[in-house]
Amino acid sequence: MTLGEIASKLSLTAQTARGKLDTEVTGGYASDLLSCVMAKARKGNVWVTLQAHLNIVAVAALLELAGIIVTEGASLDPATLQKADEEGIPILTTPCTTFAVVAMLAQLGIRGGDWPLASQE
Amino acid sequence: MIPPFIVRRAVELALGVIAITDHNSAENVSAVIEAAQGLDLRVLAGMEVQTREEVHLLCLFETAEQATDWQFMVYEHLPPLKNREEVFGAQFVVDASGDYLATNDRLLLASTSLSVEQVAQGVRERDGLCIAAHVDRPSYSLLANLGFVPQDVHLDAMEITRHTSVDEMQRRHSSLAKYSFVTSGDAHRLSEMGDRTILTIQEPTISEISLAFRRQGGRRVKVVT
Repeated sequence: MTLGEIASKLSLTAQTARGKLDTEVTGGYASDLLSCVMAKARKGNVWVTLQAHLNIVAVAALLELAGIIVTEGASLDPATLQKADEEGIPILTTPCTTFAVVAMLAQLGIRGGDWPLASQE
Repeated sequence: MIPPFIVRRAVELALGVIAITDHNSAENVSAVIEAAQGLDLRVLAGMEVQTREEVHLLCLFETAEQATDWQFMVYEHLPPLKNREEVFGAQFVVDASGDYLATNDRLLLASTSLSVEQVAQGVRERDGLCIAAHVDRPSYSLLANLGFVPQDVHLDAMEITRHTSVDEMQRRHSSLAKYSFVTSGDAHRLSEMGDRTILTIQEPTISEISLAFRRQGGRRVKVVT
């Protein structure tokens, strides 16, 4: 499933790098602590967080994530939006909570890295 | 932001005391202390530590030796990752003139595995001051990340940014009533160096600042707008 398809099914608003939405998503990771994301998220993952500050772009770029879903209606400042466009990082926003978004992603079949049943698919 | 420019700017602003608080490191402290020799300026040795909860705490010490001792502990608790210069920028160690000495290749922007409690404790054991940094910020702050000021942790003061006031913070968070506040430039550029924290103390030392934070012996601290 691509990020664009996810955005459509979950009614997310694409804020940046709209040309990069056809990335195939490899899985998902949810955390608001950037140090955890840097340790656990994998290339091509979609990252779900309520953090909206500039550093999320650096982390997503470093790990080559498919994109970031910023939840809870958090507002992104112009510097973050600009950096995300420069780095080609899609940021999608939603008023929904992280929990709700992750639940919907799971229903779409997006798995976390250590999902116990992943090997059985 | 090399040492000679930092101290020159501090003197221009008529600052009596500044603290050097690099992220998870104190390797540039001695250079600034040396650059300030002979000037009417006290340079405190410190660092801004990022705890495991991603909370920023300012750690201030009387001497560079105490800061270096604390740095050993911090380095031991950083993940064994290398900095990526092309992503996060280079981390230089310089001398008092600002000339290059070495590159710090640890990933300093990572979180340590130390908790807020452990950092406060470790700083206290080294007779330093532990201040919760920019508590009004929505990220990397004690209030944002923990939701409240932890009960049993000894913090010496709270720091706010210029985007709020002490009144505003104490109104919003009753748990802050007992704390003294400071504000600082949190300067990553010379133009950000600030002069809005006024300390009424006998001399610019950690013990005097500690008295000011506790409002003892006539010592006080005030944030001006």
